[in-house]
Order: sequence, then structure tokens, then C-alpha cells
Amino acid sequence: MPLRERILPLLGAALIGLAVLSPAAHAVNPDEMLDDPVLEHRARELSSEIRCMKCQNQSIDDSDAELARDLRILVRDRLQAGDSDRQVLDYLVDRYGEFVLLKPRFSLANLLLWLAPVASLLGGALAIWRYARNRRGAGGEAAVAELTTEEHAKLTKILDERD
Amino acid sequence: MINELGHFALVLALALALVQGALPAIGAARGDNRLMAMGPSLALGTFVFIALAFGALTAAYVTSDFSLVNVWENSHSAKPMLFKVTGVWGNHEGSMLLWVLILSLFGAMIALFGSNIPPDLRANVLSVQGWIAIAFLLFILLTSNPFERLDPAPFEGNDLNPVLQDIGLAIHPPMLYLGYVGFSVTFSFAAAAMISGRIDSAWARWVRPWALAAWLFLTAGIAMGSYWAYYELGWGGWWFWDPVENASFIPWLAGTALLHSALVMEKREALKIWTILLAIITFSMSLLGTFLVRSGVLTSVHAFANDPERGIFILMILIVFIGGSLTLFAIRAPALKAGGLFQPISREGALVFNNVFLATAAATVLTGTLYPLAMEALTGAKISVGAPFFNITFGPLMIPLLLLMPLGPLLSWKRADLYPALQRLFWIAALALIVTLAVAALTTDQPVLAALGIGLAAWVMLGAFAEIWTRAGIGRTAPATSLSRLGGLPRTLWGTALGHFGIGVLLLGVVCVSAFERETVTEMQPGDTASVAGYRFAFEGVLPVSGPNYSEQVAQLSVTSPWGNVFAMRPAKRIYQARNMPTTEAAIETIGFSQLYISLGDVAADGKLVVRAWWKPQVTLIWIGAIFMVLGGAVSLSDRRLRVGIAERAKSRRKQAEPADASA
Repeated sequence: MPLRERILPLLGAALIGLAVLSPAAHAVNPDEMLDDPVLEHRARELSSEIRCMKCQNQSIDDSDAELARDLRILVRDRLQAGDSDRQVLDYLVDRYGEFVLLKPRFSLANLLLWLAPVASLLGGALAIWRYARNRRGAGGEAAVAELTTEEHAKLTKILDERD
Repeated sequence: MINELGHFALVLALALALVQGALPAIGAARGDNRLMAMGPSLALGTFVFIALAFGALTAAYVTSDFSLVNVWENSHSAKPMLFKVTGVWGNHEGSMLLWVLILSLFGAMIALFGSNIPPDLRANVLSVQGWIAIAFLLFILLTSNPFERLDPAPFEGNDLNPVLQDIGLAIHPPMLYLGYVGFSVTFSFAAAAMISGRIDSAWARWVRPWALAAWLFLTAGIAMGSYWAYYELGWGGWWFWDPVENASFIPWLAGTALLHSALVMEKREALKIWTILLAIITFSMSLLGTFLVRSGVLTSVHAFANDPERGIFILMILIVFIGGSLTLFAIRAPALKAGGLFQPISREGALVFNNVFLATAAATVLTGTLYPLAMEALTGAKISVGAPFFNITFGPLMIPLLLLMPLGPLLSWKRADLYPALQRLFWIAALALIVTLAVAALTTDQPVLAALGIGLAAWVMLGAFAEIWTRAGIGRTAPATSLSRLGGLPRTLWGTALGHFGIGVLLLGVVCVSAFERETVTEMQPGDTASVAGYRFAFEGVLPVSGPNYSEQVAQLSVTSPWGNVFAMRPAKRIYQARNMPTTEAAIETIGFSQLYISLGDVAADGKLVVRAWWKPQVTLIWIGAIFMVLGGAVSLSDRRLRVGIAERAKSRRKQAEPADASA
């Protein structure tokens, strides 16, 4: 991995303040970009799914930490070497673990995470279905009408109490 | 001296809160009116003493009294006055003090404006509020005391984190807390109703204004935070699915569901159990958010394990309140009688649909936020759950909700006919389809998804007014009649329409900026020009400027629009001396609803400056949409019918005036 370590050149006094890394800024720099627009586009898409491991919840596309920069260059190197998107991600996971992926893999360990939306939606539908069935079984329109009157009486009473 | 008074006031507030937690509830249980009547004065007293403590801390910040550890750690004598004041809550201790201040403010509001609530219910509500206040006052006094002294007092403070030195800090946290803590009122109402066993549609009517108020502040707070992050962080992202954001978004989703289900409970006495549960869940999510943000557990599970004092304390508060209320719920819920029956195709049915999807969305965001923590705590494995996960799961959940949003309000209660409702939406659907096709035809190089998204936004925006359109009989009766009917429509109707319209506007902004954003990243030196989306910008150089507690390098850019007008943009990089910390100050030019966003990057190897420019089409609609939602909430809140008693009198008056068209 060619780590393009750079030493900031001597700059005019006016520019010195700018040389310090800022904590958060959109990060990809022109000198990292690939000439091939298709590859560069893929690199950007991939970068937004890869975590800058020492940052809090930032992708390497968003972070300008030194580590994020190294990873951006690494991703581009792999793409230029002919890797598929999948291979690049596999390569990173092999080296840094699943922590590097902002979108966890669909695996057994992450099953609960991925199934949560579906399970919750199905659970809700099931609860409504059972509720509706019980209500229909419990009583017809007559029973309902009675209940409503009683509740209305109760409501009126409460309102009267208050006034 | 003032510091000691503040500290003392805080302890006194705790003492009052203890009494507030006990006496009114005992009074309600025994039917003792004298004890119950103590509730309001105790709530007001607690508020006054917490306000005194808050005032004392503010005074310490204003006078830069570095003999307080808290002020020394987070302030600086050269800081502008606005940030000295807002710095009070720009740190852990102060923000918890703001939390209880707002909690007690809501208690005081119930005391002042809750005279229409039955005395025993109000007594119980105030007692529950008292218990929450006790828990958090103890938390502050035992683990996070802002009045801790430092001896000898240093001459200068450490300054506030520069990112927080912004007008955003003045507005965002107070708004957010008004929302988040505002849901404590609905929680207290739920707990009080379960204690007294009185849960009916009148309860929903008392609760709804509070839920609405909390919701609109939370909406405003989240939107404000989003815009703050957008302009402050320097790359124009407006939502990051960061755990801290999620912590405020989960209560918002649950609270939005609560608003809708409380409507069903109020009008039809149905969904009682669910509404009570939602009231508990919403505030539980607020507490959970407080835990996530305040315990340090987000930074790392280990950081939490190393310094667990505060985290454990909030976790205990969490367990006591969530566990306690759920236990109470488990005891009381089976005894609740089910309310009015309804068919699947009905207003109730539509609102149930809304609730299922909002609850699922909340559960999804919650799972995604907690999963990495749980994984690390249980198995030691470290995984990340970030924006790509939330986009792929949350997005699809919103689509059915948005598709059915215009239809819901057109359905009648109990049992609705789908066909006439669909008929009323025919022209809106046709218009939305035309918009979709037009966008697709005009943007052949863009994904079709963008056109579909804009079509959906048009559907939601136009559909938001379908109910008003129908009720006023526009196109079916004489214009004068329609106009007078428009004036007579209840304000809640306008509130709903504005709120739903706001969602459509927000969606339009999101789709446009996601699909049509343009970006140029380039290295520049004086004399260079570059362009983004037809805007040419020339780099003229960098000027050093010094502010009150920072120095900055301001890039001078001259921008020429596609129509030839020229304007200046001045993105900058700042260094705050006290912490030697840099920030990026983006330059933003608003053109119509769109924005040109330019920020500075690093200095490249060849000495040139990296300049990042974005064209963000229609991006402001995201926050304008939120403003419409807040406006909708406010209009709805101003509806007299939300206030029991007044509603009765108004109804009898209305009966004399015009017999038709009561309410929805």
C-alpha cells in the first residue's frame, strides 16, 4: 500500500492557519481522485459505506482524519487493481473486521438487526388481526351499542364533575 | 455567594419535589381535596427554585466565575456574551439542569393551565412529574453538580467547544428539550390515569394538547439541529443517522404515532390500551435518549464501563420509570374495556395503519442504534450500523405511509366507502402522475427514482388539502359558499393539512438534493476559477481576520451565476485560541430554494487550497417543510376544541349559529 505521506510545504503566513486538520469536513481531496470517472464514482459510493474507524459514525468519504485518507487511497488502489466492489469490502473486512462496514452484513449474528423491521411489521399486522378476530367473536353490534352508551354516560359524568 | 444560593435552591427544589411526589397522590388516593390542592403550588415552587438555581449558574457564566469547575471547564472570559449564556447548557451538568428546568416548567404549566382537568387526575399527574423531578435532581446533585467549586480559582477558563459557539446552541437544545421532556407530561397523564383507573376519551382530549405541544417543539428542535449541522460541519449533510440524532428521532416517531392514536381514542374511544402504551413508550424513548447521550455509552461501551457512575444512575432511572410504568400497565390494561368497533376501511383503520408503520420505523431506528452496543456488550464483537443501513430500512417503511397519507383524512369514521374517497383524489393522482412524467422526461440522465420521488412529493403536498377542498365543496358549490365554509372549518383540519403538506415539502427537498446535487472539489490558488452547476467562482486570495476569541483565514471568492450576476462568497477556516481547535465556516448563498455551498479543505501538497463547492437544489425545502409541520401543530393547538369546557360552550354557541358540519 503506497502510503502517500506528505509533508506540508512552507506556505505564506496567511495560509498556516489552514494547514491544521479540521475535525469534520467532506474529505476526498483532488489529489486522491482517480482519472477514470467510472472508477472514481464507484470509489465514492464504496467510501460512503466504509467507516473511518477512529471517528464517531463517519464514513471515510466524510472524514478527513489521516486514517480515512489512507483507506480512501487503499480503496482506489484496489479498484484500479481490478477488484469488484465486493472484493474491496472483503479485503477491508479481512484486515479491519466487520467494524469497518457501516452497513452490517446479512449474517447470522446480524439476523436480529435485519429482521427487526420485518418482524415488527408482521407482529403489528398479527396483533391487529387477532384483535379484530377476538372483537368479532366476542360480540355483535348489540353488545357494542350497549357498551358505547355506558361509556357515554361515564364520559358525561366526568365532564359534569369537572364543571 | 450566588453559587451557594444556587446550589441551595437546587436542594430546596429537591425537597419540594419530594413533597410534590407524595402529597397530591396521597390526597387523590384518599379523596382528600386539601392534599390534592397542594399539587399546583408545589409544582410552581419546584419550578421557581430550579429556575433560581439555573439563574445562579447563568450569573456565574455571565461574570466568568472560574471558581466553579463547570464554568472553568466550559467558558472563557473573551467569549461573546451570547455564547457565555448559551454555554450554560453546552455541557453535561448545565444541560441536565436545563432538562429539569424544562421538566418543572411543564409541571408549572399543568398547575397554571390545567384547571379543566379533574382534581384527582391532576393531583396524580403532578405527583408523577414530581417523581421524575426527584430522580433527575438527585442525579444532578449526586453525580453532576454544576455548582462544584475550584480552589484556587484559575484566571482563565478552557472555553466552550468551538463547534458549539453558534446561534444554534441558543435555540436547538432548549427546543429539543421542550419536545423531549414535554412528553413527560403525556407519560405522567398515562401513569396517573392508570393509577386512578380512569381511561376514556376525555383523557385523550386532555392529553392531546400536551402531546401536540411537545411534538411541535421536538419537530422544531430536530429541524434546527439538522440545519445547524448542515452549515456548521462544512460538507452540507443534513442528516447523519448518528446515534445522538436517532436518540431524538425515535421519540419523534413514537410521539407522531401517539398524536394519531390519541385522535382515535378521543373521537371513538378505540385504541385505548395502545395509546396509553405509546404515551409510556414515547417518554421512555426520551429517557433512553438521555441515557445514550449523557452516559458516554455511545463513545464506547468501555468508556461507559470505566466511568459508570453517571451511566448507571440514569440506567436506574430508566429501569424504575419504564419498568414501573409497564408493570402498572400490565396490571391495568386487561381491565380496560375495548371501545368503538370499526371496519378495516375507515378513518380508524387508516390511523392504525399509520401507527403500525410509525411504530415499526421507530423500532427499526431503535434496533439499529442499540444493536452495536448490545453486540459489543454481549459477544465483544464490534460492528457498525450507519447511514447505509438506515437508508435501506427506513426509506421503504415511509413509502406506504406517504402513499396513503392523502387518503386517510378522507375516510369517514367507523366504516368508510373507499370509492368516493378515491374519486376525490383522482385529479390529485392525475396531477402527481403528470409531474412524475414531466420530471422523468426533463431529466433523462437521472434515475427514474428521482422522478417517482418528486411525483410522490406532489401527491402528498396536493393531497394534504384534499379534505379541506372536499369539505368546502370547492368546484361543487358557489364560490361564495365555499369561501364561507372554508372560514368555518375547524382549525385542527388546517393543522392536519399544513402538517401533511410539510411532510410533502420536506420529501421534495430530500429527493431533489439527493438526486440533483452537484459537487466540485478542486485545488485553487489566487487567480484560479472553477465552476459547479453553471456557477463560476474565482479565487481571489485569503485574508486573515481576527474575531473575539478566534482568528480566521477567509477565502475571497467571486461567484458569477449562469445569468451573469456577480456576488462574493467568503468561506473560512477558524482557529479558536483557547483550545487551539480549528473549525470550517462554510459560505452559503441561497438562490430561490436552492443553495450554493462552498467550504475550504486542506492545503494540498503543492500549496494550493482545496475548495469544495456544492450546488444543493431545493435543499431549503427540507427545513421549510419542517416549518410547515410546526405551523400545522401550532394552528391545531390553537383550536378551541382542544380545550375541554370551552369546547362544550363553543358547541352550544355553534349550534345556534349554524347547524351543519360539526367536527372530524
